[in-house]
Amino acid sequence: MSRRKTERLLSLVVCLLSARRYLTATQIRAAVPGYPESFDAFKRMFERDKDELRELGIPLETGVNAASDEEYGYRISRQAYELPDIRLEPDEVAVLGLAARVWRRAELAGAAEGALLKLRAAGINAEDLSQPGIEPRVQTAEAAFGPLWEAVRDRRPVIFAYRAAGRSAAQRRNLEPWGVVNRRGRWYVVGQDTDRQAQRVFRLSRIDGAVTFSGPPGSVTVPPGTDVRGAVRDWDSEASAPRTCLLRVRSGAGYGLRRHALRVEPDDEQGWDRLEVTYSDTGWWSEHVAWFGADVVVLEPTDLRDAVIGRLKGVLA
Amino acid sequence: MTTGTATATERLQRLLALVPYVVSRNVVGMEETAAAFGITERELVDDLNLLWCVELRSPDPYCPIDLSYEGGEIVVSEAEAIGRPLRLGVDEACALLIALRMLAELPTMGAGSALSRTIAKLEQAAGTAAAPSAQVAVQVDHIAAESTAAQVADALSRGKRLHIAYYVPGRDEATERDVDPMRLLVVEGRSYLEGWCRRAQDVRLFRLDRVLAIEVLDVASDVPASAEHVDVDHGLFRPSPQDVHVVFELAAAGRWVAEYYPTERVEELSDGRLRVELRTPDTQMVRRLALRLGEDGRLVSPPELAEQVLADASAALSHYA
Repeated sequence: MSRRKTERLLSLVVCLLSARRYLTATQIRAAVPGYPESFDAFKRMFERDKDELRELGIPLETGVNAASDEEYGYRISRQAYELPDIRLEPDEVAVLGLAARVWRRAELAGAAEGALLKLRAAGINAEDLSQPGIEPRVQTAEAAFGPLWEAVRDRRPVIFAYRAAGRSAAQRRNLEPWGVVNRRGRWYVVGQDTDRQAQRVFRLSRIDGAVTFSGPPGSVTVPPGTDVRGAVRDWDSEASAPRTCLLRVRSGAGYGLRRHALRVEPDDEQGWDRLEVTYSDTGWWSEHVAWFGADVVVLEPTDLRDAVIGRLKGVLA
Repeated sequence: MTTGTATATERLQRLLALVPYVVSRNVVGMEETAAAFGITERELVDDLNLLWCVELRSPDPYCPIDLSYEGGEIVVSEAEAIGRPLRLGVDEACALLIALRMLAELPTMGAGSALSRTIAKLEQAAGTAAAPSAQVAVQVDHIAAESTAAQVADALSRGKRLHIAYYVPGRDEATERDVDPMRLLVVEGRSYLEGWCRRAQDVRLFRLDRVLAIEVLDVASDVPASAEHVDVDHGLFRPSPQDVHVVFELAAAGRWVAEYYPTERVEELSDGRLRVELRTPDTQMVRRLALRLGEDGRLVSPPELAEQVLADASAALSHYA
């Protein structure tokens, strides 16, 4: 069954690629074996075949040979069909092989494999792809990646439920997506939030449930000069100005703080050091300091000291 | 992709690549071809027969494809219109271009002249299909680890042992060890050295941004033949039977824990809090995490660890009395 369908589709592709003119449905039925006798059944099957070829990316064109023709015909332009000539040097083939492995087991793995297959078919010897020693990967564990990539690719607006940081309840968001960015291993989507009329960044792991398309392909316009990476970087980075704190740190402890200290000197008390360290966000920094427990004491500033005390009291509450 | 499981369209894609694969090589072995397409030789023969049988009936019947595969070698003498592969689809072109641009961010890929040449050639061949790839970016956190990565790459290429000082946050300790490097991994946006740790006598992963100091030793690297690569594709850290089972209940501000640590189970509680279960060998890390969370998250199990956390907090608070 499947074999007959493959044969029919293959014959259809060869027939339309070889045609110099648009072929009408009747001419196609006469040339391609495997279609049913009844014209209605043929039409239904032919419609499905056309859809399947287009899904494979085969550029099936519709048109007439002369203005006086009453019936539309079909053909596949060779120029639109064929992969342009591409030749790669051995070092280029090596990086291509590395690139194809980046998606392994992630969302676009099949697409990368398909691309490699076509490049092999174009004469590129991509068999010997070993580049020992380096193994880069990108993961797409977030279920929202697939639909959002499609939305970005096809320029379609989306709706999803989003649980913002530090909130328990999800909110419905309408977004015209401009791009998806992976930063520190996490995926983000950047776009225009149409309810808030402003650019917004969303973390994919905080999207709750399904992402649905809310408009047709091509209905989103990405503003020229949009920097999706920059948007995610700004969203993710500390905005406030750096401040300095003075910490008492037990000798032999607090490596995570010592690494970034501006100054380290012995404390008056034996077994302790004094560190001067810069930070920017008091909330985040108080969490980081609390991590070191009884090995680190904040001397200054007062608001950081109070924040750490509050955090530790929170444990006992 | 085998004929057994492939759909009609998947097989069509393969056939449309198979003909140009042979044409571009003039003549090619059956075994090599089957391997390139990930199919058995029997399946390949079936594909070739199918191609050979294609017939168009109008105006006069003719066979557009002529080929032979005698003596284990395939020759296509007539390929009609399908002698060139189909263009790259948008997903195909973008998958490779996004990955290539990610590679270009890795410090060890050098200035990446091969990379930039490949990107340019692929963009040209893909045409408009390449455009959406500009809207996707994978950033690699390399600023902290650039010089470390260069040292690792150097040791790998010359087959040398490394000496590293490595920071273990759970223990808040810097440890010194000799490592025979195996690979440089880039996973989840972070770079890791995979190597045979001579102290642990086992394969270990070291996050490059936690390497405090690194030195390439003038000693040949000696990775035992029994050393197995970490399976990058199934998560870097897999729980082991010795791990402690830990339960946190997180308020809204502590929900990040569920995103940051590999969890076993996550459950929404009726009061808006989140119950998270994880397994870890590192109970010190858990105690520190509980201090860090404060009232944003409570360690509820195991109870003896929860007791220790209370003692840790009291000890820390005593310095502020």
